[in-house]
Amino acid sequence: MPIRETFWNIPHWAEIAQYIAALITALVFVAGITRRVLRWRKGRPEKRGGHFWQRIGSLITQVFGQQRTLDEKFPGLMHFSIFWGMLVLAAGTALATIDWDITHLFFGFQILKGGVYIAFELMLDVLGLLVVVGLGMAIYRRYIARPARLQNFPLKRLAGDDTYVLVLLSFITLSGYLTEGLRLAVTQPEWAAWSPVGNAIAALFISLGDPTNQTLHLVIWGLHIATAFGVLISLPFTKLFHIFSVPLNIYFRSLEPAGALRAANMDGGMGVKEWTQFTWKQLLDFESCTRCGRCQDVCPAYASAQVLSPRNMMVKLDDHLWAKNQRALHGEVVSAEELWACTTCRACVQVCPAFIDHVTTFVDLRRHLVDQGKMDQMLQDALSNLGRYGNSFGQSDRMRAKWTMGLQPPVKDARREEVEYLWFVGDYASYNATLTDVTRKTAEVFHKLGLSFGILYESERNAGNDVRRVGEEGLFEMLVDKNSQVLSKCKFQVIVTTDPHSYNTLKNEYPANGNGRHPVLHYSELLDQLIASGQLKFSKKLGYKVTYHDPCYLGRYNGVYDAPRRVIEATGCELVEMPRHRERGFCCGAGGGRIWMEEKDVKERPSEARIREAVALDGIQLFVVACPKDLTMFRDAVKTTGNEQRLEVKDLIDLVAEAL
Amino acid sequence: MSQDIFVVVEHLRGQVADVSYALLAGARHLSKTSNGEVVAVLLGHNAQGLASNLAANRVLYVDHPALAEFTSDAYQIVLTSLIQEHAPRAVLFGHSSIGMDLASVLSAKLNIPVVNSCRTFTEEGKFVSQICGGKIMAEGDLPSPALVTMIPGGYKAEEGQTTQAPPLTTVAAPALDNLRVAVKQYIEPDTSDVDISKETMLVSVGRGIQNKDNIELANELAEALGCAVSASRPVVDQGWLPTTRLVGKSGKHVKPKVYFALGISGAPEHVEGMGESEVIVAVNTDPNAPIFNIAKYGTTLDMFDLLPVLIEKVKQAK
Amino acid sequence: MKIAVPIKFVPDLVEELTIDPSGTALDTTWLRLIINELDDHAVEEAILLKERTGGEVTVLSAEADGVDDFLFTAAAKGADRLIKLTGDFSAADNHALGRAFADVIKELQPDLILTGVQAHNDLDGSVGPLLAEYLGLPYVGYVAGVTLAGDKVTARKEYSGGLVAEVEVQLPAVLGIQAAEQPPRYVAYSKIRQVMGTAKIEERPVSGLESSGGVVVSRMFQPEVAERATMLEGSPEDVADKLVGLFKELGTL
Repeated sequence: MPIRETFWNIPHWAEIAQYIAALITALVFVAGITRRVLRWRKGRPEKRGGHFWQRIGSLITQVFGQQRTLDEKFPGLMHFSIFWGMLVLAAGTALATIDWDITHLFFGFQILKGGVYIAFELMLDVLGLLVVVGLGMAIYRRYIARPARLQNFPLKRLAGDDTYVLVLLSFITLSGYLTEGLRLAVTQPEWAAWSPVGNAIAALFISLGDPTNQTLHLVIWGLHIATAFGVLISLPFTKLFHIFSVPLNIYFRSLEPAGALRAANMDGGMGVKEWTQFTWKQLLDFESCTRCGRCQDVCPAYASAQVLSPRNMMVKLDDHLWAKNQRALHGEVVSAEELWACTTCRACVQVCPAFIDHVTTFVDLRRHLVDQGKMDQMLQDALSNLGRYGNSFGQSDRMRAKWTMGLQPPVKDARREEVEYLWFVGDYASYNATLTDVTRKTAEVFHKLGLSFGILYESERNAGNDVRRVGEEGLFEMLVDKNSQVLSKCKFQVIVTTDPHSYNTLKNEYPANGNGRHPVLHYSELLDQLIASGQLKFSKKLGYKVTYHDPCYLGRYNGVYDAPRRVIEATGCELVEMPRHRERGFCCGAGGGRIWMEEKDVKERPSEARIREAVALDGIQLFVVACPKDLTMFRDAVKTTGNEQRLEVKDLIDLVAEAL
Repeated sequence: MSQDIFVVVEHLRGQVADVSYALLAGARHLSKTSNGEVVAVLLGHNAQGLASNLAANRVLYVDHPALAEFTSDAYQIVLTSLIQEHAPRAVLFGHSSIGMDLASVLSAKLNIPVVNSCRTFTEEGKFVSQICGGKIMAEGDLPSPALVTMIPGGYKAEEGQTTQAPPLTTVAAPALDNLRVAVKQYIEPDTSDVDISKETMLVSVGRGIQNKDNIELANELAEALGCAVSASRPVVDQGWLPTTRLVGKSGKHVKPKVYFALGISGAPEHVEGMGESEVIVAVNTDPNAPIFNIAKYGTTLDMFDLLPVLIEKVKQAK
Repeated sequence: MKIAVPIKFVPDLVEELTIDPSGTALDTTWLRLIINELDDHAVEEAILLKERTGGEVTVLSAEADGVDDFLFTAAAKGADRLIKLTGDFSAADNHALGRAFADVIKELQPDLILTGVQAHNDLDGSVGPLLAEYLGLPYVGYVAGVTLAGDKVTARKEYSGGLVAEVEVQLPAVLGIQAAEQPPRYVAYSKIRQVMGTAKIEERPVSGLESSGGVVVSRMFQPEVAERATMLEGSPEDVADKLVGLFKELGTL
């Protein structure tokens, strides 16, 4: 009967030696992990518990299902193969150990016998091939295809770590097959065919005969076992550590709304000056980075000027945690230029298979720069203006509602009369001279739809979304206070805004008593609802061929993808998607306060790259946006890329007004 | 008190400042209301030659080695004694680095009222001062006696010049001991760059240019037009252009045929350096910007909308 | 080294200025006050000097809307003492302000006094030189850079045309600042709030303000619209065409 004889051909001394090695491995492993965990505990506390089943659910889909990893085909399948292959082989080894050292040793029976054993052999033999394929893909990718994102900038020495892991895993797989093949070559059991790979290898060795094969078997078994312990021992000290850290990082990921930033650390100055001011979860983030570089590929800051790579930031920060001679975190490890380059578009966070939250870390680091007053003059002026006048334009707050002049009927003052919809207009729509036409058109559409709406006139302040993301937490709090005071005195049911940035912070960050626990709607959502309820009916089918740009703070931050698309389609336009859309939408480059900062040397502005992406679509007439800042960014980009004849940038409301 | 109008002549490095000639023209205008004489007050060392083209009825000249360079200390000692002795109806100073070091000090010392930022005098001899960044004019009776600092723009320098040397009286200097202020050295403006005061047209940028990169737009336009780029103070303070390109009170004074002002609000300090340009064309999104008060042509278009189109059209027109 | 920085609040030009019914003064109903920009530079220069050579910086202001916030901001930047002159300053001109500052500054016995070289609403002289004379100290204005050297300072005094004089001034002295060596720094709101809890504004009541500048305004008005530019209207295309025509006509193209 087929039965597993685990220590065939292994002398007793070797078996004993193996158990001693296992004990040492276990000790080093535990020490290595403890060393890491103790380092995380140097970070500040942060609550990340609760929602046990939800967290287990993400572990299942993301670790065992490899869902995000599989978002990219080649690297996804590559990792999937290695992961599942290795997992099964490791589980098989564990089962064999239980079979031999527990059930057989103590109870005198084996699980791995007969049909079960045959199935066991077949499964391990075939899934081992999965590892071989996966490793082959990995070697091809890293050493032949060599995509830019895998190049180990800024720490060249990490290339050794990558090679080490690949060599180790390749060797463990090949030596495993060889050991099996040699065993089969000597014992030639009648069920050998159920181990197709091992059997094929055995065929190569049979001619050598015994005792050569037996000696070879012993030597290669020894090496195989040594490598296996090598893997375990080095796990806490190499890239392999991600096997431990990533599942933890996924388990402890934030389940708060993406648009709600954590309040700034105020202990020892605002933000993070030294790494111990990061929370333990942020340290775990850095330790979870496998340097896969997906974030770098989607980063608009990286694409435009290569100043910032989220991947490199994680690598540098992780290195910094362990560096012997501590260089200054600010200035030496990360530069202000990198930090200011982030548009907080969240594309990196969205693609990271390890669920790292890069943006929160960048904002924490920026907070320290703001604390030190280190920022460019333009940003300084914008923040001073926001503090004094409540808008970044440095215009009087009394000019905020100037755009309403001459509108009939006049726009209601929500501070004085009750309205259903409180329209939070936002800075750009209120003050930017080139946008007020669209703002007026929005008011006209609202009037035509018979909505009861009003605005806060000069009492509105910048909502503070980008002020917060620049890192100026104190000013953000002041703006929230001022807006909340006014809002709490107004009578209304719903807040509506055209600005995704205001939308995000009003919805996710304003205290419940600030926006009066009222629902917050983006105008695209409101229009979508009105279409659904029949209150908004179009008289014309526009018939334009259009594409739609997802604003980061509407899409990735708040998951509003469908409402604007339904509105576009309701106006009778044909919507053609750009390659990067919905979750993969590409930032215009203005977010996170970038619109207030100086533009450093850029290769291609994100907005220009985006326009070229749209122009490449066949026969697109209109580039539709649903964000006032996008309107200015893309109108500029259409001009600077010389596409004025081919493409026109329109606000969603332009389509609605035309089709009414 | 006499009815004479004193004008304190400003000179540096052997040259009378333009503002002094304009002051003489202003003093002439004011003297009509008081029937006094215009008296140029010249302080210096071996500097009587500078008096030759001053359009004044007479010149009071004080010579002393300590007056070789302008120092507020020595000047105010000398002026104190002159004013006490001659009791003029008014003393005019430039609203400048020299005049502003003196007028208020003398006002406090001699207990004579001082009027700042006077641009013109009315027919009745009232002062008209320009304040609040050029947004407000304040008019009032000129106190008697009075000290006045005058901003440029009200009177033309040419009208304060003459070919006939006025009579000159040399007055002995009072004791100039224990002086607390001394000039150590002068640092000349950088001359390696283009001299914007010699250009027939200038494309000039102000705060509205927003950032360093946008300077490139101005450069491109200037290149197409074959002229130079100049700037107002905020742009130079940011380091976006060198100080050699600064137009204004502390920069160059320019008089090109065309001064094309982009995003410049027109604060008095800037206007002082370019107000005499033949034609000023201003681009500024703020329709209330004071620059439109001195510009001949203007537009409130956003310069970032206008410039790319304009650059193309200028290139085509050549 | 003790540095005193007297500052002044002026109407914010971002707000629309209107003349009151008397026709002789600004309408104060809509007036909002802001730090005189050059005084802000003077504070910055004082802090820079303190950072370079040590010392104590005292910022002084007459009371007005927003002054407390500014003083706390100055403290957050590094000012050591904050003094607010209290009393009725509604009719105080620069002469009165200069005298009031002089009385308080005499007690402080500073080595150096820095203040903005002028303010946009100065009509009866400017505070710096008036104060200098009331204190019997030398005054140098239009300064953009100060270096300490024993009992003297070297000030970079700017003249028109880009000429700069290095002027040596015996201390104590008053310098009128045209520009600090770097633009005034930004202070995070959290820092200001923190300072509000710890810093103290010393109040000095001032009575019997003597406004003897002697300048009386009989009419205040906005510059005539008649002098205004001919506005070129239309799209960027139209305006660009008009400009090209204009440049050709004027012979610069």
